[in-house]
Amino acid sequence: MTTPQQVDRAPARSTSPPPPRSRFWTTRRRDQLAGYLMITPQLLGFVIFVFVPLILVVWYSMHEWNVLAGTFDFVGGDNYQRLRDDPNLPGVLRATGLFSVGLVILNLTLALLLAVLLNQRLRGTVVFRTLFFSPVVVSLVAWTIVWRFLLQDNGGINGLLDSIGVDGPNWLRSGGTAMLSVIVVQVFKNVGLNLVLFLAALQGVPRDLYEAATVDGASRWRQFWRITVPMISPTILLTSIITVVGSLQVFAQIAVLTQGGPGNSTTVLVYYLYQQAFQFHQFGYGATLSVLLFLIVLALTVVQWQMRKRWVFHER
Amino acid sequence: MNDKLSPRAKLAVYALLLVLMIPFVFPTWWMVTSSFKPIGEIFSYPPSLLPTSPQLDAYPQVFEMQPFLRQYFNSAYIALLVTAGTLGISSLAGYAFARIRFPGANLLFLVVLTGLLVPSEVTIVPLFQMFNRLGMIDTHWPLILVPIFGAPSVLATFIMRQFFLALPGELEEAARVDGLGRFAIYWRIALPLARPALGAVAIFTFLHSWNLYLEPIVFLSTPSNFTLPQALTLFVDAYGGPMWNVQLAAASMTAIPVLIVFVLAQRQFIEGLSHTGLKG
Repeated sequence: MTTPQQVDRAPARSTSPPPPRSRFWTTRRRDQLAGYLMITPQLLGFVIFVFVPLILVVWYSMHEWNVLAGTFDFVGGDNYQRLRDDPNLPGVLRATGLFSVGLVILNLTLALLLAVLLNQRLRGTVVFRTLFFSPVVVSLVAWTIVWRFLLQDNGGINGLLDSIGVDGPNWLRSGGTAMLSVIVVQVFKNVGLNLVLFLAALQGVPRDLYEAATVDGASRWRQFWRITVPMISPTILLTSIITVVGSLQVFAQIAVLTQGGPGNSTTVLVYYLYQQAFQFHQFGYGATLSVLLFLIVLALTVVQWQMRKRWVFHER
Repeated sequence: MNDKLSPRAKLAVYALLLVLMIPFVFPTWWMVTSSFKPIGEIFSYPPSLLPTSPQLDAYPQVFEMQPFLRQYFNSAYIALLVTAGTLGISSLAGYAFARIRFPGANLLFLVVLTGLLVPSEVTIVPLFQMFNRLGMIDTHWPLILVPIFGAPSVLATFIMRQFFLALPGELEEAARVDGLGRFAIYWRIALPLARPALGAVAIFTFLHSWNLYLEPIVFLSTPSNFTLPQALTLFVDAYGGPMWNVQLAAASMTAIPVLIVFVLAQRQFIEGLSHTGLKG
């Protein structure tokens, strides 16, 4: 016995597309319905876990929230006033900026240097690439714990320095070196990612450009700045965006290495937010700091997007 | 930049690479080897590259001090669930956005993409309150639901869409002639072809979940519910000082499974990431 559907479909095998099941459920309509159904989980998730929390965080930032007393009072802009007058905030923002700038410069420079070295025709570059990439897969906290040991006063780094007669500082506990240490630990952890992206970009640069430049007598250094850098500028932009946005989210490294210290010298915005909200239970103020973090990420993304027009040489 | 180097230049490049490699390789090496050293040798100057008298003392202590096996299991099952869930959600949405024309598709895609602008740290306070209301604090639900449905999966959807955009249209037309509907085309044609993209998404999703630190310490409070990164920092003595050999043994154990997978699937790992151009 054949169902109406099969009757419907049978002739369709010889012609395309299949005729509609009914006048309303045309192929196109069914297709559209499938489209909506397929994006529904993502869309619902976006609304529940991104959009609603984003609205709520703004709402919370206008409230004084005392968890112990169970009060939740509307205070309007008070938290923003507190933000403006917070004596810790300038230090926190400076630490955040210092971390981001230091990380981006060191990370991109090292990644580009390594990528250029590994892009030479040499044996063993795959092995090197793997080794430079390997910290990426070591669990972040495990990596940070090892470095915490290496950087402590009687740790491995100072042991090495000692053997060449240098008295190393207490890296994580002195104001001048704590931030540098946090940056360096993060750089070695993640350079491998940018390195891989740069390598892929370098391999996409047409070789005849270099050949022509060599014929013209351009030095390697000149070739690098006049050919390589412009040709891979989209990748430089992409990696810098990823690195900057990632740098604003740093938390575990700070929590494990320095707990924001010494003083407030490594208290970056996310760490400060965590302290205010979850250690001091200042949820309203924590929400205000979240809004600030969001605005900074937003502003940076817009700025970098604008920069694209200025200095990205070509886009694929 | 690619032409042949002189032997001298080659030597210089090798030397430079070897020196630069030290801070990338030594910490991991040191972490694993030190976990076999007695505590005194960990602090010896100069640091020994291999334990002089290897011992396993630190390893049983890892399991005595904390419910480490349980924590290991927590991290593993959460990461696996998140990976599977993300693959499902993002491949469905990515496919629809890439291959199906429906009114509002572009606008909705843009809306979802704005999720990339919202770091999870920004929404952690309201998310904490939301899960608190639902009685889900100190459960694994927040660590599973938020990554699968929230901002991290937006990235995955973006990658999947990029991949599906490049699929040849003839394949789908042929499937359609054979009478397949949209879901069947997605499931039987597009998804099997998307293996490289799925692999890349799986890798970075798993790593992301495996490394989560802020979320667990915010949402979890009972040690038997902890995940590995959270547990690692808690191997401390009575005075709160870290017990280095135990901490390093535990750290080694968390790093080893991923390192093994990495060594086995090194090509797909690196190439997958370079194709997607994304951070884990």
